[in-house]
Amino acid sequence: MSVLIFVENWDGKFKKLSFELVSYGAKLAEMLKTEIVVLSVGKVENTELEKLGKYGAVRIISAVNDKINVFDGQAYSAIIAGFAALEDAKIVLLSNNTTGKAIAPRLSVKLKAGLGSGVSKLPLSTSPFTVFKKVYSGNAFSNLIIKSDVKILTLAQNSSEVIETENKGVVTTVPIEWNPETVKTRVNEVQKQTGKILLTDAEIVVSGGRGMKSADNWGPMVELAELLGAATACSRPVSDEGWRPHEEHTGQTGKIIAPNLYIAIGISGATQHLAGVSSSKYIVAINTDKDAPIFAAAQYGIIGDASKVLPKLVEAVKDIKGK
Amino acid sequence: MSNVPDTTTKVKFIDDFTKLDTAGIQWVINPWDELSLTRALELKDDPSSGIQTVTVAHVGLISAEPTIRKALAIGADDAIRINAEPADAYFVAAQLANVLKSEPYDLILCGIESSDFNGSTVGGMLAEFLEYPSVSSVSSVKIENGQIIITREIDGGKEIVTVPTPVVAIVQKGIAKEPRIAAMRGIMMARTKPLKVVEPVAVEPLTEVQRYEMPKPRAVCKFVDPENPKQLIELLQNEAKII
Ligand SMILES: Cc1cc2nc3c(=O)[nH]c(=O)nc-3n(C[C@H](O)[C@H](O)[C@H](O)COP(=O)(O)OP(=O)(O)OC[C@H]3O[C@@H](n4cnc5c(N)ncnc54)[C@H](O)[C@@H]3O)c2cc1C
Ligand SMILES: Nc1ncnc2c1ncn2[C@@H]1O[C@H](COP(=O)(O)O)[C@@H](O)[C@H]1O
Repeated sequence: MSVLIFVENWDGKFKKLSFELVSYGAKLAEMLKTEIVVLSVGKVENTELEKLGKYGAVRIISAVNDKINVFDGQAYSAIIAGFAALEDAKIVLLSNNTTGKAIAPRLSVKLKAGLGSGVSKLPLSTSPFTVFKKVYSGNAFSNLIIKSDVKILTLAQNSSEVIETENKGVVTTVPIEWNPETVKTRVNEVQKQTGKILLTDAEIVVSGGRGMKSADNWGPMVELAELLGAATACSRPVSDEGWRPHEEHTGQTGKIIAPNLYIAIGISGATQHLAGVSSSKYIVAINTDKDAPIFAAAQYGIIGDASKVLPKLVEAVKDIKGK
Repeated sequence: MSNVPDTTTKVKFIDDFTKLDTAGIQWVINPWDELSLTRALELKDDPSSGIQTVTVAHVGLISAEPTIRKALAIGADDAIRINAEPADAYFVAAQLANVLKSEPYDLILCGIESSDFNGSTVGGMLAEFLEYPSVSSVSSVKIENGQIIITREIDGGKEIVTVPTPVVAIVQKGIAKEPRIAAMRGIMMARTKPLKVVEPVAVEPLTEVQRYEMPKPRAVCKFVDPENPKQLIELLQNEAKII
């Protein structure tokens, strides 16, 4: 019996989300009185793999094949299902990011294992196995019982602490099959954004809405984001107007994020917007309208005109960072 | 396509938080599915795509028929309703797969998530049941020379990929700009378009909602003087300890 954790790598490197996943998996295994096995697919150096040990990975399997050159949901879920059987995994844990969302449902059918997607805390009980899951776009939560013997969980990003341990991980390299003839996905072109903090990775997000008034007023916001090491985001009308790029749109029909701090400037706080950001640990709102619904979701607020407040805020952060 | 409460609904629960209170709820096509339908119709409008028919499929009870008719009014050619309460994602995907295996389609579009269950699950499960390839986080679908060309979002960028048909594309933002709306003529025509009702097969769901909970109210908002935003930064540093 074991908890199998699939960790994705980005050009051979792990990120905070990988460590969150392993930390969560270690706590889960403790709860179930079992061990964790971490599975990495594709080429990752041993020194990088060993880092996972620090977060509680006992055994680390590095499944390799030089021919792997594309992410294909079908092929990856077959590989993970193979290891789940081999390791007698009772739980398979993945991130609820784009990769996890692509693999977990396929894996669920392959293993006939019930799926709890986007969980944000440890199971509420192990018998019956019950997880806490967001439903109705954050307007409610469900206590979901997973009835199957094998279970799959995907962990919401930034919902779990990274916990360091004294543990040292042991890496085993296992060659796997990869037949380029049968892998269906062919990549024609890759377009990477470089040098920007990814919205889904960011711990602080500074976001603007229609209250920013025009595409020309974004300077102080971008400056604030840079000073805070934050990513920038926006509401849907803003990206629809072309004031900001589409990748920045958060909400039900945009990106769903859960940073530690979300600063909403000139955003009214429509339910569809909140659906994408309500899991943020702290929300700060800046708005001229004291009755804007965003204030009901925020812990801190400023009732004021963004064009006047923002420059002062930038100065305040400079002051503090300068000290 | 999934049939969901209008996205502005303030959900409430009955029977000791075990059931959604459906009183007064406006039901709509799940926003992603509305955009998928729009894109499918755009593709069909272009004869070079080779797409001849657009079908909508739904697992749900007869109460969902107005939503299905709406999809027909927007422009779908026909509809299939599998007559069962959607017990869980595994159940829904199994029902859809059972119908689709005998009525093959080249391109199956599913939404990245339904606004009720927020599962992000049914599309991938369906692909696995059918043993079709699937592409997730799809922001564009084009057909060029009979080949399906898909843009998928990856962490920090995009990939343009090709996949042979049949394929399941799980769509997100970008797939279509604005949802198409039904015109009067479409509404008239929808009444006579075929809506086939299929009885479900026996499938044991793998999950079950025990009960629902409402989100905890957030702490009351603390207001800071707009003339002195420095106070905000201090609160974030010393009280919330997040910067
Ligand atoms: C199916 C569906 C899906 C949707 N999905 C999304 C989604 O994913 N994301 C999303 O964001 N929206 C989404 N929407 C749209 C959503 O309903 C709102 O229309 C949108 O979020 C409003 O954006 P906003 O807050 O920027 O603009 P507004 O609602 O116009 O709000 C602007 C705010 O700025 C304030 N303001 C004005 N001037 C100033 C100033 N000088 N300084 C400070 N504040 C000022 C105003 O008081 C107001 O509160 C969706 C809608 C539907 C129907
Ligand atoms: N009852 C249903 N009938 C048909 N398709 C569905 C149903 N529920 C979900 N789907 C499809 O699966 C997608 C994702 O739903 P979910 O997995 O519930 O988040 C939706 O956008 C639909 O395309």
